[in-house]
Amino acid sequence: MRWLNQVAQITLINLRNVPQRMGTSLVVVIGIAGVVGVLVSVLAMAEGFRHTLASTGRPNRVILLRAGSDAEMSSGIGRDQIPLIASLPAIARDASDRPLASAELVVMVDLPRRGQTDPNNVPFRGIQPSALSIRDEVRIVNGRPFARGVREVIVGRKAAQQFEGLEVGSRIAFRDSDWQVVGIFTSGGDVHESEIWADVEVAQSAFRRLSFQSVTATLADGSDAGLAALEASVKRDRRFSLAILREPAYYAKQAGVLSRLISVLGYTVAAFMAVGATFGALNCMYSAIASRQVEIATLRAIGFGGAPVVVSVMIEALVLALLGGAVGGTLAYVYCDGATLSTLNFNTFSQVAFDFRVTPRLLAQGFVWALLIGAVGGLLPAVQAARLPVTVALRTS
Amino acid sequence: MKYLPLLWAGLFRKKTRTLLTLASIVIAFLLFGLLQAVQAAFEAGADAADAKRLLTISRYSFIELLPIAHLKQIERVPGVVGVSYAEWFGAKYQNESNAFPVFAVDPERYLAMYPEFTIAPAQREAFARTRTGAVAGVRLVERFGWKIGQTLPISSEIHPKTDGDLNWQFDLVGVLDAEDPAVRGNTDIVLINVAYFDEARQNNRGKTGWYVERVADSSQAKAISAAIDERFANSPDETRTQPEKEFAVGFAKQIGDIGALVTRILIAVFFTILILTGNTLAQSIRERIPELAILKTLGFSDGKVTALVVAEAVLMLVLGGAIGMAAATALLPVVNGGTGGRFPPLFVGAETWMWALVLALFVALAVGLPPAWRARRLRIVDALAGHR
Repeated sequence: MRWLNQVAQITLINLRNVPQRMGTSLVVVIGIAGVVGVLVSVLAMAEGFRHTLASTGRPNRVILLRAGSDAEMSSGIGRDQIPLIASLPAIARDASDRPLASAELVVMVDLPRRGQTDPNNVPFRGIQPSALSIRDEVRIVNGRPFARGVREVIVGRKAAQQFEGLEVGSRIAFRDSDWQVVGIFTSGGDVHESEIWADVEVAQSAFRRLSFQSVTATLADGSDAGLAALEASVKRDRRFSLAILREPAYYAKQAGVLSRLISVLGYTVAAFMAVGATFGALNCMYSAIASRQVEIATLRAIGFGGAPVVVSVMIEALVLALLGGAVGGTLAYVYCDGATLSTLNFNTFSQVAFDFRVTPRLLAQGFVWALLIGAVGGLLPAVQAARLPVTVALRTS
Repeated sequence: MKYLPLLWAGLFRKKTRTLLTLASIVIAFLLFGLLQAVQAAFEAGADAADAKRLLTISRYSFIELLPIAHLKQIERVPGVVGVSYAEWFGAKYQNESNAFPVFAVDPERYLAMYPEFTIAPAQREAFARTRTGAVAGVRLVERFGWKIGQTLPISSEIHPKTDGDLNWQFDLVGVLDAEDPAVRGNTDIVLINVAYFDEARQNNRGKTGWYVERVADSSQAKAISAAIDERFANSPDETRTQPEKEFAVGFAKQIGDIGALVTRILIAVFFTILILTGNTLAQSIRERIPELAILKTLGFSDGKVTALVVAEAVLMLVLGGAIGMAAATALLPVVNGGTGGRFPPLFVGAETWMWALVLALFVALAVGLPPAWRARRLRIVDALAGHR
């Protein structure tokens, strides 16, 4: 009890004195805020990209490509194959018995980023009407869906944010075709939000294509047995030469290189930053406490024990660290959360946009890191100060 | 120079503190070196670009093909002194998509277009002569342990052979290399002979992905680009021609915000370091006020004491910066090995070293000047009496 009382007393004295030592305390807070801020932002980028990937596709949906192709861009499926695929019994049907399969065409169109002139490869996807019931996460948030048979497009939310001239009502020109933007859609933050969608038949004539590149379909039975049934029926029929992948597996593969790059970059920077700035923050703590040698010795001279001194100094360090963590986390949240980054996916040569996501888990990680710096930075010098003979400590300085 | 021992003694007056400060500076510069290398790799295309080379692709999208028949017409455009072309093969090797780019090219024309690539003359000749021949970049040859004379089994994701088979075989007849490490990453390709490829493929015969032109005078590059596009205007296969550098810059811009992001990270890192180091240095000077007063008593001028304090900051930053940059330089070959050649080679260029020095000096002045000013204004009597 006495011991706790001592800790409380000294801690109160220390905390009340913080304004007196504004300079050094502030440096500790800013240093830790810097570490936590960078750490959280960089990890928020990796997290955002991971989230975009993870939310693309559903496990009960498959994408069919030409056998040997790993990406839609390099795949091709002839027109004659489409009704054959759609009629396979392993593919689900909607209430009015229409197959839930959409034959699609993907081309790249050039659009400048907002405020720039250089062209970027933006994916332009032609879809069949069933695509909207297959991808039931798609919502038109502004405007209306495109009408069939006319040159109208709907644009993903992130594409609309990133690229010039994709507002509802504006017209965009590609090759010798002119398209009207009639709607903006969201699809749960997935990669399709970086795309432009149109009626596939119209897209085929505009881009002079005869075939399709992929078929996206809902499995009648989403389990492994259902997938195996589809694979078996495709394999049995000699007219087909197709590869079948569950959507999540396909999209994860599509972003492999970029995903690796972002996480390697993110975690390397975060690790180095954490270590480097920890040294700095440690140093500040260290010198802040070293300069209070006399004060600590005085406390001990008037009868306070060594352990309460150490504990109370630690508490002060942790309070400052928490403050730093809070400032850093807030800065990261304010500046990064929801910020959109668009970059080139090296696997598909097309633009993909994703949002930074400052999640509670990341903020917690930041706080843990701040407390760790505070604890290590406070403990060593406090112990040192407490172990120094009182007479020596009082004489030096 | 004769003050170096004095500076050194001042710096290591408190070993733990100095070592910790040094460590954080080292890490900051290590990070600087690494991130600059990454950024340089993204922009390598633009740096290695030849001002006398132009690139022609379809006007609408890089995925549209152009007829090989454009070749003769482009050759006739005034100012064009060489033309070559290439087609994207869409390689899949050991079940990995786009493990490396494969271009179907006219061997003589293509290698003449890229004089920065080195290849033994006998191998070059063998490539031109062998219809099923292929040459590969040195980093790829090392990564996969290929030997000259062996067969390369490479599948195409796009081009079936006439019998519908997507699996192709080529004979490795040569190795491409480059003297400049910045260019070596551009040799991470496999070139195959278009004469064989175009005849053996099922679709798109007589078409090619893009053209590369050489012009005699780089100041005419823009005008000649326009002249080439003019020639195909209103034809079914309109073109878009750009100087290679512009094309590379455009490509780097597609990667986009990553560069800006790297810069922002570095600013945050250095701002934090600046505050922390500045504080440590200021404190170190504060503690030494009596010592500085003694120096002044001994006859050191105000200017000299100021200079000593600034020099201490410079010494600290330059030392830490040099160690950090050296560590980055030493670390990158390991990173390059670790990526298995999938990323372009990363290295610390001379320019990065120069920027590191500038940065070190800037930070040194920023953290050194305030305490130096304080030391300069110090009055001996007050300082010795213990008034601060």
